[in-house]
Amino acid sequence: MGRLSVNLCGIELDNPVIPASGTFGYGYEYAELYDINCLGTFSFKGTTKDPRFGNPTPRIAECNAGMINAVGLQNPGVEKVISQELPKLKECFHKPVMANVSGFAVEDYAYTCEKLDQQEQVGWLEVNVSCPNVHGGGMSFGTDPKAAAEVTAVVKKVTTKPVIVKLSPNVTDIVSIAKACEDAGADGISLINTMLGMRIDLRSRKPVIANTMGGFSGSAIFPVAVRMVYQVAKAVKVPVIGMGGVSSAEDVIEMMLAGATAVEVGAANLVDPFVCRDIIRDLPEVMDAYRINTLEEIIGGVQNG
Amino acid sequence: MKQGIFEIVKNEALTDCVYRMVLQGDTSAITAPGQFVNIKLEGLYLRRPISVCNVEGDQLTIIYKVVGKGTAQMAAMKSGKLDILTGLGNGYDLRLSGDKPVLLGGGVGVPPMYMLCKKLLEQGKAVQVILGFNTKSEVFYEEEFKALGASVTVTTVDGSYGMKGFVTNALETMDYSYFYTCGPEPMLKAIYKASNTSGQMSFEKRMGCGFGACMGCSCKTITGYKRICKEGPVMQKEEILWED
Repeated sequence: MGRLSVNLCGIELDNPVIPASGTFGYGYEYAELYDINCLGTFSFKGTTKDPRFGNPTPRIAECNAGMINAVGLQNPGVEKVISQELPKLKECFHKPVMANVSGFAVEDYAYTCEKLDQQEQVGWLEVNVSCPNVHGGGMSFGTDPKAAAEVTAVVKKVTTKPVIVKLSPNVTDIVSIAKACEDAGADGISLINTMLGMRIDLRSRKPVIANTMGGFSGSAIFPVAVRMVYQVAKAVKVPVIGMGGVSSAEDVIEMMLAGATAVEVGAANLVDPFVCRDIIRDLPEVMDAYRINTLEEIIGGVQNG
Repeated sequence: MKQGIFEIVKNEALTDCVYRMVLQGDTSAITAPGQFVNIKLEGLYLRRPISVCNVEGDQLTIIYKVVGKGTAQMAAMKSGKLDILTGLGNGYDLRLSGDKPVLLGGGVGVPPMYMLCKKLLEQGKAVQVILGFNTKSEVFYEEEFKALGASVTVTTVDGSYGMKGFVTNALETMDYSYFYTCGPEPMLKAIYKASNTSGQMSFEKRMGCGFGACMGCSCKTITGYKRICKEGPVMQKEEILWED
């Protein structure tokens, strides 16, 4: 094991840096820019049972130190992801990849997860019960401990690979939801998805986003993410993936001190497409500066917390 | 696509709110007229996508209108360096032009027509250019297009300069083999209806990343879902599906 490597649900990652779903496509836009095999892994675009165009545009609004998106899970559907996207992904990425799955009914999650679980290149399933941008699904599963547990249990029943449940920050008690997922068999928890946000255009007096509200992400949400990762990591035994506003090697270390075993990087990729490569490059030097020998040893290492 | 650091060589006002910036850096990723660049600005989270007006060696010219915080910040820059992603999007396909193409630019849709005009003239085409503006004080680049050797018609909506009316009023008087255009969506729609040949149109949409990763600028077309930043911004007339 190298200094940067971590064990995520039984699979060793060369480093804990994982581009987050929805900011990295299926990898090949970035593979034009750098060898993406330097990544720990990446979580590919959220996949649903049926193809989806997503929401009307504008889907993007800028904020101070962040952005709002309301893409709405645009994806070609699980059949096409398997027949068209995964073969292309395999050409540019040779490590196990994380399959991100969303749904509108418990059966949708089961259907999509079962199919993706059978794909050799898939290492983990990241079950998104927290998308704020679709009606009648997504986040509604992630705001109720019972519903989140039900999705987890049903997915676990039809899959063999580690199931990581991705949680929404738009709740009053994140710990109870994380624990319900763990009790239902989740092998890991990832958080936070985007925070529900809104902007209004002063000229038109209309919401900037066509869908009115959207998911707020970017460096502005980092402290909220650190706090929630800290709360959840203390309460569960399974590994936690921390995300939300991460954009530097220092942020990765802070997230791991809060209790994260691995760290996803989202919005920062859209602004600086090289950010994950650069974080991985910078980590050893930043570790030296803080007298850290291996990243494994700092997980949950926040003092007096 | 490439990321590069560009040095500002020149930044000057062309009208009250339209500016031209000349930048020096690695332009090798820019392969076709109609592509755009995405500029990182201090203190602003998202990059600013701006169309390419011209490339000469290692010099990149962009023309932009001040419409918000980002472009206002750009307009105030006298010198310095900018982090820019270049070679973004699918530009104009010159092979379909025929011998007598017409180029229609409206407002800040004019700049990408410049490099396209230059390239078509180099291929020996008889290029006709229509530049549309609201009023005389907004007119820019008429002389630059003339200097390239194109035949240029300027229209203004209020008739204060050139031909009174819209670019489509000028188009109706012309004989042309194909059209290329960039401008506000109502103008594109009008050209779509008024044109009697095939053509290509460049679209604008609010973007997240500008390089195809976030799906922020998707649209529906006759040939499926497309990303304005990746498969676009240039679309063939035949594939366009108007949303309303």
